[in-house]
Amino acid sequence: MFHDADALLLARLQFGFTISFHFIFPAFSIGLASYLAVLEALWLRTGRALYLDLYKYWLKIFAVVFAMGVVSGIVMSYQFGTNWAVFSDRAGPVIGPLMAYEVLTAFFLEAGFLGVMLFGMKKVGRRLHFFATLMVAVGTFISAFWILSVNSWMQTPQGYAINTQGQFVPAAGWLPIIFNPSFPYRLVHTVIAAYLTTALVVGAVGAWHLLHQSSKDEAKHEHARTMFSMAMWMAAIVAPVQVLVGDAHGLNTLEHQPAKVMAMEGHFQSHPEGAPLILFGIPDDEAQRMNYVVEIPRLSSLILKHDLDAPLAGLDSVPAWNRPPVEIVFWSFRVMVGLGVLMLALGAWSLIARLAKKLYDWRALLRFAVLMGPSGFIAVLAGWITTEVGRQPFTVYGLMRTAESASPLAAPAVGASLVAFVVVYFTVFGMGTWYLLRLMSRAPQPHEPGPANAPAHAAGITPAPALAAAKEGGHGG
Amino acid sequence: MADDTVLTHIWGGILAFAVFMYVVMDGFDLGIGVLFRVFAVGKERDTAMNSIAPVWDGNETWLVLGGGGLLAAFPLAYAVIMSALYAPLIAMLLALVFRGVAFEFRWRDPAHRGFWDLAFTGGSLVAALMQGIMLGALLQGIHVEGRAYGGGWWDWLTPFSVLTGVSVVCGYSLLGACWLNWKTEGETQAHARRLMRLLAPLTLAAIVAVSSATPFLGNEYFERWFSMPRVLFTAQVPLVIAILTWRFVRSLRRDYELAPFVLTLAVFALCYVGLGISMFPYLVPNAITLQAAAAPASSQAFMLVGAVLLVPVILGYTAWSYWVFRGKVAHEGYH
Repeated sequence: MFHDADALLLARLQFGFTISFHFIFPAFSIGLASYLAVLEALWLRTGRALYLDLYKYWLKIFAVVFAMGVVSGIVMSYQFGTNWAVFSDRAGPVIGPLMAYEVLTAFFLEAGFLGVMLFGMKKVGRRLHFFATLMVAVGTFISAFWILSVNSWMQTPQGYAINTQGQFVPAAGWLPIIFNPSFPYRLVHTVIAAYLTTALVVGAVGAWHLLHQSSKDEAKHEHARTMFSMAMWMAAIVAPVQVLVGDAHGLNTLEHQPAKVMAMEGHFQSHPEGAPLILFGIPDDEAQRMNYVVEIPRLSSLILKHDLDAPLAGLDSVPAWNRPPVEIVFWSFRVMVGLGVLMLALGAWSLIARLAKKLYDWRALLRFAVLMGPSGFIAVLAGWITTEVGRQPFTVYGLMRTAESASPLAAPAVGASLVAFVVVYFTVFGMGTWYLLRLMSRAPQPHEPGPANAPAHAAGITPAPALAAAKEGGHGG
Repeated sequence: MADDTVLTHIWGGILAFAVFMYVVMDGFDLGIGVLFRVFAVGKERDTAMNSIAPVWDGNETWLVLGGGGLLAAFPLAYAVIMSALYAPLIAMLLALVFRGVAFEFRWRDPAHRGFWDLAFTGGSLVAALMQGIMLGALLQGIHVEGRAYGGGWWDWLTPFSVLTGVSVVCGYSLLGACWLNWKTEGETQAHARRLMRLLAPLTLAAIVAVSSATPFLGNEYFERWFSMPRVLFTAQVPLVIAILTWRFVRSLRRDYELAPFVLTLAVFALCYVGLGISMFPYLVPNAITLQAAAAPASSQAFMLVGAVLLVPVILGYTAWSYWVFRGKVAHEGYH
């Protein structure tokens, strides 16, 4: 076996690239599936056509997002073997079954009910259709459960033994493996992030249409108002919760992966009598120091230890070969937290606007909401980078190094595939994003059609698009 | 130890089932993709795509179960095979990206419908070809050193693997044409029938060619097929294929709608049994057995609980989803 440094770097770039792209889609579809379930439930309860219109509007967007999530996800399920063969062989007995459970309990559930959700409204009736929507929503959550359990085990491994072939194997049943120490925190933090991401997108779309419609168009306006109001409630309630959960997650990380927190904080040096909170600075991994620091004395000790004078160790207490790259982690963490603060501000502002009864007319607020539309995605990716790069230089934290995890591949092979992934993903998902923006730029309206060109089957009843098309005088082929 | 062996064989069986389910379910929808450009723009293409739009995602999930299950139950084999088949596997994954998004994108962007139709055909064709090539590359053997792949990154490309690649493309296309014959009517159905008449002899020729070449690859395949008394059992496989072929020709003559699809699937099943005869008890021919690649019993047992409870449920709601979209797909909105 050989380890070519270039091949390793390329393999890491490829994994990072493909998983970052992939992660965007489930981050959206987890929240969107739940939002769709809520909209359909409201429609069934109140009978108001408005909710059905919104449901169909977001369903079309969901279909595109979900398709991109599926195809980029299949790539992930094979890439462990193609590029991380040694890791797969050694960690497979522990993480493999969890991933198999993800397929059995989540992927099939989502895929099995998606067809009915997208195309089956008129075929199965309202209640069964709502059940299908619920199953898809539940499926996205179960999927998050298993994959985050796998990820968390790699961060905070426990409940394993190592057999004669060097493989990690379960030592004392599966509960300690599934519910490893960082899992509950990561699960809650990530799922809330997905909800928040969706709320910000929905809010931005609502705000955009409120800004661009004349208020004379009362019916259309009501759709945009409902979306915006629902999204702002979500942001106002969930953003503060996320701050608390994030704090708890950080304390958990401090306990189990102190070096990651040192990198997030930019603490190269130990602080025996109270560590400062570094707001900004330029980390220099080479020299292992922070330059141009703006800091608040002792605040880091207060946040992390709830004591102004508590000593905090720095990366100088960690052997050089076990240190994560501070230059990336320090910044990605700040991007995430900074956006979190802005989300908090948006939520608070919306509450004030609501009290002042000008939620739909305060143009500055609406513009801010539009700007914040993509912020969830950026925050999710930044958080993901923080936790994954912060795990380096290990794949299984403290136990298996990234450098000894890769497949024995030649650098040209990995280089060629990386280029192919970059070209294909930017082309395909770039166009996909363009289609999403185009769908969103059209305002939801009364009698919103469902996913266009839904299959019409002789055994069924007229699907919605055929009706809509018939009204327009065209035909629905 | 004996229990471990049983467990390992059960998992071998479950994975074989998952891969077969994949071939059964995604085979026809990849086949429709391969044939897509042959159909006329407009209602023929729309009908063809609408006939699989609600189910393709579920069909592809079996591929994920195949990969995920292999990682979980036989991590060593997963590690070795995936790195050995690096290039064709990545090509297949990228092809599936194009093909999968085309289901949505072609409706979203009428101005670029031609491009996405091409992506749908090209993606399906490359995915099917690569699956066949990977099958051939696995059959012809993989060079293993220690616990890792020891060959180069072009080892998979040989005349034999190209033959298996082309064969799978033919076979999937035939399945696709048979599916359309069942699910459509009028012009599209007539078109599908013409394609079946063309593809059926090609597929049969491909089966004969691959079956004749395999025993001579070495790897003890000859032994597994032709030694006494095994040959008494193995000889039944080509015999049954011959009978099924005769039934298929008859069903074509009588314009049956469902029978050709079912018979083609039965032929696929027999080819699959033949593959099992060639491979067993190896996962990587002559290098890694099921037993050697197996995850510890605790891992396999944990997953077995899930598989036994969940696979029947999955089959249940998958069947329900197909039932919801039963019947002929109309060309246009059904007024």
